[in-house]
Amino acid sequence: MLYAILCYDREDVVESWTPEQDGAVIAQLDVVTDRLAREGRLGPVVRLMPTTTATTLRKGQETIVLDGPFAETKEQLLGFFIVECASLEQAIATAKDLGQASSTSGSYEIRPLRLLRPEAPRP
Amino acid sequence: MSTIAWIDVALRGARPQAMGALLRHFRDLDLAEEAFQEACLRALKSWPKNGPPRDTVGWLVLVGRNAALDGVRRRKREHALPGEEALSDLSDAEGPLAEQIDDADYRDDLLRLLFMCCHPELPATQQIALALRIVCGLTVSEIARAFLVTEVAMEQRITRAKKIVAAERIPFETPSAPERAERLPAVAAVLYLLFNEGYSATGGSALVRVPLCDEAIRLARLLLRLFPGEPEMLGLTALMLLQSSRSKARLDAQGAIVLLEDQDRGLWDRDRIAEALAVLDKALRHARPGPYQVQAAIAALHARAPRFEDTDWAEIEQLYAALERLQPSPVVSLNRAVAVGKLRGPTAALAMVDALAKDLPGYFYFFGVRGALLTDLGRPDEAREAFDRALALAKSPAEAAHIRLQIDRLTRKKESAP
Repeated sequence: MLYAILCYDREDVVESWTPEQDGAVIAQLDVVTDRLAREGRLGPVVRLMPTTTATTLRKGQETIVLDGPFAETKEQLLGFFIVECASLEQAIATAKDLGQASSTSGSYEIRPLRLLRPEAPRP
Repeated sequence: MSTIAWIDVALRGARPQAMGALLRHFRDLDLAEEAFQEACLRALKSWPKNGPPRDTVGWLVLVGRNAALDGVRRRKREHALPGEEALSDLSDAEGPLAEQIDDADYRDDLLRLLFMCCHPELPATQQIALALRIVCGLTVSEIARAFLVTEVAMEQRITRAKKIVAAERIPFETPSAPERAERLPAVAAVLYLLFNEGYSATGGSALVRVPLCDEAIRLARLLLRLFPGEPEMLGLTALMLLQSSRSKARLDAQGAIVLLEDQDRGLWDRDRIAEALAVLDKALRHARPGPYQVQAAIAALHARAPRFEDTDWAEIEQLYAALERLQPSPVVSLNRAVAVGKLRGPTAALAMVDALAKDLPGYFYFFGVRGALLTDLGRPDEAREAFDRALALAKSPAEAAHIRLQIDRLTRKKESAP
């Protein structure tokens, strides 16, 4: 089954990383994602731009466009990995491996997913 | 990376908001700093064992309050003390406290903290130094290095600045909407000063100055998260991101300035440009133009051009004309003249530049631009005169090196002429 591993962390902390520290984290993540790619399990890997770039559209009778992310939370959704995992156990193990890349206090949400338009080409 | 390095980053990230909350609590800058210091020391002891707390800022505020209160009691200072019930048991209180300080409080706390640094009696450089010390937590020696002064001199400056700030009665109540509206532009201005201090090549090596730009951007993003719908804050953030995206390309290996037209655009930071364009798009939706947004829009046109020849000078000229209306200044007019030169040729531009002569008598770039236009017009002797004036006004080796290069070109042209 395909899983999304959603990364939540404090944006103000992640933004305080120096370029070198940021690079070190990405390099660590690459070690894990390289392995997943070799195993044929890796889908898209996404780093979201800061929440300052986000816009939210509230649906309703009249739609409202708001500046900022959907929810004001202490930890923000910063990015996600799409990974093929045989079981929840494997998904948790994969998230643990990814979590080794940085010792911040964030969280990974592990969510199975279905592709509604698997044939859709990437832009 | 070591555990200590991670904690250090977490503390740096939490500092602006934690200091803002502690300042509201103690209503005294020194006490707030002391409390934050103590909280950091305790974090270094506790976090390696227990892991970092989920709400770093809340933890630091609570622990800082506790620790400093002990100190305050010991010294029997006459300060209004907060209710003790919130402070009795650290592990139990962490959760509720995190709820107590909601984002609305953080927002005004941070704004107040930055606003204090923009005290009108402080010269610009001291406003920046104070913001770097108190809000960003840079050490005095780091700041001294960036400003090319001794540590002792910087220490004195910061102490003096703190005294001036402390004498002012800054209200600690939640600001009214008009107060907030008044504070935000002042704070934006000090952020841009901080950025420009890092960006301008007037002194110090790039190594010590780039962090100033990064701090300004970090604070701008933080403010933007707290004030998400302010078009000028969006504009300022986009502007700083766009300018900093060129930082690797704007000095050559010898530290000389590389003009926009000669820069290797492959060295521009595409991630920063993409983020800036996204932020600027959001600003423009509000249809409330302001000087930062217009400047960001100009920088965006440069960023969008794959080559210098592809630059949309017509649009840039119009944007400078808009900026002249919003924020009239001879420097803006000079920039507009440069755009006119690209669009309609050096004769038209030179007429505009010469009209600015009396307004910009000691301005390095005025003579640099004039020299370049005269060179294009084939008037080398007058060009040489302008470049000599620029050289005398250069404030850094990089500026001087750039002008010498222009003079060399001029001389070579003359020699190769029949």
